[in-house]
Amino acid sequence: MATVPNQTSNLGAIIAQHRDEILAGWLRDMIGTTRRSDLIKESELQTQCSQFLALLAQATAQSTDVQSAPFERLREMLSEISRTRTIQGFTARECATFIFSIKRPLFTAIRESLGKDSNAMADEMWRTSELVDGLGLFTTEAYLKTREETIKRQQEEMLELSTPVVKLWEGILALPLIGTLDSARTQVVMESLLEAIVQTNSKVAIIDITGVPTVDTVVAQHLLKTVTAARLMGADCIISGVRPQIAQTIVHLGINLLDVTTKATLADAFILSLKKTGFKFTRVQKTESKDGRTEE
Amino acid sequence: MEKIPILRMGDYLLVTIQVDMHDRLALALQDDLTKRISETGAKGVLIDISSLEIVDSFIGRMLGNIASMSRVLDAHTVVVGMQPAVAITLVELGMSLPGVRTALNVDAGMELLRNSVDGQEEFGYGSRFY
Repeated sequence: MATVPNQTSNLGAIIAQHRDEILAGWLRDMIGTTRRSDLIKESELQTQCSQFLALLAQATAQSTDVQSAPFERLREMLSEISRTRTIQGFTARECATFIFSIKRPLFTAIRESLGKDSNAMADEMWRTSELVDGLGLFTTEAYLKTREETIKRQQEEMLELSTPVVKLWEGILALPLIGTLDSARTQVVMESLLEAIVQTNSKVAIIDITGVPTVDTVVAQHLLKTVTAARLMGADCIISGVRPQIAQTIVHLGINLLDVTTKATLADAFILSLKKTGFKFTRVQKTESKDGRTEE
Repeated sequence: MEKIPILRMGDYLLVTIQVDMHDRLALALQDDLTKRISETGAKGVLIDISSLEIVDSFIGRMLGNIASMSRVLDAHTVVVGMQPAVAITLVELGMSLPGVRTALNVDAGMELLRNSVDGQEEFGYGSRFY
């Protein structure tokens, strides 16, 4: 930014000179617009404001570029404020307005100190305006970043939560899928299933899709990939929990699931896998024993 | 030149791939194996790839080819012990090896071979005894 150093220092001096007025005006403006007394205490806000002003005065004494080194502490403070406010439940607009509402008190202060020199005043106002805009944008960015981090973290947590591999019987694994399958999830599902197959030495794996809301071509493709990979390792895969709606969709989409064993319920798949692994189940007749209790 | 040993065990041939496969080695194996099958009249081939950690499409195709060739020479092929990473790679390469039978380990593979050879004798599908 092509600004003469001794002109930039003006704002710092002005802030130092009119500190109390600016602070009072700023707080008043914020109450008028977006001060959320239900979310933040007045004393806390006041501390934040005065700290911000002090840092701003220091920084503007050296530069007016928000990205430059003198602004580092101010940027840190703003990210911190954004972060806490995101968690407290402020909206993006409220976060940004915290910065933008400083404009009016700053302009008032500039007018008071440079009122006689209209050129200098216009220059100073332009610089200040740019500076505050930069700070406002930075705050919004920090706010969005915090939000994105939260979303990403939650996604990762969901990914880990939703792919448990359960051992049903000697040599039989079940993988109850819940939620939509995308490429990243399929990768995790596939890997954990194949690892479990090796670890437990299982011959049959049941993939239960009762909890999968929709099956489109992509999801079907992912399922087929998993089944094929399991087959390559020497395990049979059964897909269970195919709801009537999904069966219809699969046929309408022309997906070929003919090479895959599919069953309507997990119970059916389980019985089939018991048969495949060589187990046989019979129901024992209930008999009356001598002391009158029912025994199996 | 290094060579992959082919062991004879009764009616079956045992191939254990314990080194990283490169193309020439794969072709040599294909040669040796077909030769040994016709020499010994083996009924089954068991290929253990549990130490194989890297595959490419060539090796994948070679596995499929070996299976088909053995089939022509009237021997069943079972590939055993494929690593999860290898399986994922092959699937991502679009190779599902449709003609190859697989098993989790050597035990399961031998059982599968015995079953299929026995089944063949019972039903007489193209068996050499007929």
